[in-house]
Amino acid sequence: MNKTARVALVALLCIGAAACSKKQEVKPQPPQPEPQPQTQPVQESNKYTPADLDTDACLRQRVVYFDFDKTEIKPEFQEIMACHAKYLQDRPEAHLRLEGNTDERGTREYNLGLGERRGNAVSDALQANGGSASQLEVISYGKEKPVCREHNEDCWSKNRRVEIVYTAK
Amino acid sequence: MPRLKSLFALAVLCLAALVAGPAGAQALNVDIVGGVKTATPIVVVPFAQQGGAPLPTDVADVIRNDFNRSGKFRALARSEIVESPSRGADIKFATWRLLKQDYITVGRISDAGGGLLRIEYELWDVNKQQSLLSQAFTAPAGDLRGVAHQIADQIYEKITGVRGAFWTRIAYITAVGLGNNTTYSLIVADSDGYNPQVVARSRESLLSPSWSPDGTKIAYVSFESGNSQVYVQDITTGSRQLVAAHKKGINGAPAWSPDGSKLAVSLSYVGNPELFVIDMATRKETRMTNSLSIDTEPTWAADGQTIYFTSDRSGRPQVYQMPAGGGSPTRISFDGQNNANADISYDGKLIAMVQGNGNVYRIAIMDRSLGGQVRFISPGPIDDSPSFAPNASMLLYAATEGRRGVLYAVSADGQVRQRLVLSDGDVREPAWGPYRQR
Repeated sequence: MNKTARVALVALLCIGAAACSKKQEVKPQPPQPEPQPQTQPVQESNKYTPADLDTDACLRQRVVYFDFDKTEIKPEFQEIMACHAKYLQDRPEAHLRLEGNTDERGTREYNLGLGERRGNAVSDALQANGGSASQLEVISYGKEKPVCREHNEDCWSKNRRVEIVYTAK
Repeated sequence: MPRLKSLFALAVLCLAALVAGPAGAQALNVDIVGGVKTATPIVVVPFAQQGGAPLPTDVADVIRNDFNRSGKFRALARSEIVESPSRGADIKFATWRLLKQDYITVGRISDAGGGLLRIEYELWDVNKQQSLLSQAFTAPAGDLRGVAHQIADQIYEKITGVRGAFWTRIAYITAVGLGNNTTYSLIVADSDGYNPQVVARSRESLLSPSWSPDGTKIAYVSFESGNSQVYVQDITTGSRQLVAAHKKGINGAPAWSPDGSKLAVSLSYVGNPELFVIDMATRKETRMTNSLSIDTEPTWAADGQTIYFTSDRSGRPQVYQMPAGGGSPTRISFDGQNNANADISYDGKLIAMVQGNGNVYRIAIMDRSLGGQVRFISPGPIDDSPSFAPNASMLLYAATEGRRGVLYAVSADGQVRQRLVLSDGDVREPAWGPYRQR
């Protein structure tokens, strides 16, 4: 009887999870087309410099967060992808390490794979925005480096992340 | 070293009986709840000491704890042992029949000269008043725990017909300290958590220890270089070799083949994690899988013919099997939302895995002799790393309690659990070693 109740509960959870994951399936937005080149000519002075890493509001954001078991870059992080990709374009000598991390759910080695997949997603997005593969390195820590150790979604959402680390500016 | 040992000493905190299924521990002094199975009552009388200095180990106590952990036996508590015979001729069987004991073990320890002890014991059937075993060991006092485990193994095999696995070792990872000050250690200890020894230490994560089949080496993953790399280390000499260190991607999930000649690993330098088998003699890597998914956590069947692994090629992680010589993988887990990190019993009948449903991850055992029937042996919610004892009578697994990682040793029927917890820090990634050779 207890078991039946459990099975029912599990079934409910399944339905709940399925419903949730559907809601979360947001299609990544294609990068916004640049404004007309005639009206906004690209100026040399618009190039990023290393000082911008500390001052530019966009470049200062170095963490990309993910939904549970997902590797898609959410729309709100597209702007960050674009500015870091521009930095890579502006500074060919720059180099990034993309550190993939997961929440604590699931096995350690599988989470290493999941963290890498997230790192690769960020790498792909940066390349799609103009970064070069030779400037990018992906490393996965899986669930080995949590920033938060509580067992709840609020904490898990902070751990499902890719950290952008500038190894050369 | 003594300070170190005490720091890493595993304290046995509780011995609890529980019903497979919902969380909720019960004291072991009661018979197994649910009446599924009755553990065999056995008395282990304190061994008589004939002269000499006080001994560091209560041999009978070690044997009793082994029996109780196994779930197969219920050892009479020492406080209820009303008489103390030390040889068969002195046993008053009526006393033990009255206490409803099926078997009795008596023994004695004497000085064998040259710094050695002579440990003798006898096993008797209480109802038949018949001698079943009579054996003697010679060992230094420092090895008494090892002798006690060997006695427990002999008695276990005599009564159950299954080889005992108490005289074995376990490996696990500890993490002590917080954040960047964490120290990770690969530890080897006796199967009951005693005698912990540090095999390797690192400021970066260590994971996935795997015993070589002869028990002399452990393969594991270390992040000490920054990225994951697979090492093989001799646990007696400490010498080690780097066996998988591709600069790009994951080098992870080592698993020895049963003949010790190969190491299965998961490598992602090819773009995504794929299974490879490394020939340990030639170091040649042979690619085993080819998919766009995560293929990892390989483990070999005892006959060396089949490799089991985790793959999310169907969407969520599931357990697959494939011929060790290469071929198409077949999915074998269909119960629950996802399944991963399989471990196979020596006879191939039981497959332990981590099953995830919602936010609850528990250890499930699939019984292939029962048409793939699945039962849970842990309550969750974040359990990992099931590892069978070499006789499959028990498993180790990792659990998280509060912010702390702990290990549990659980009888294969899920009825009896013992918690192994570090006094200060996390313990995780258990791996049960092979039988030891005397």
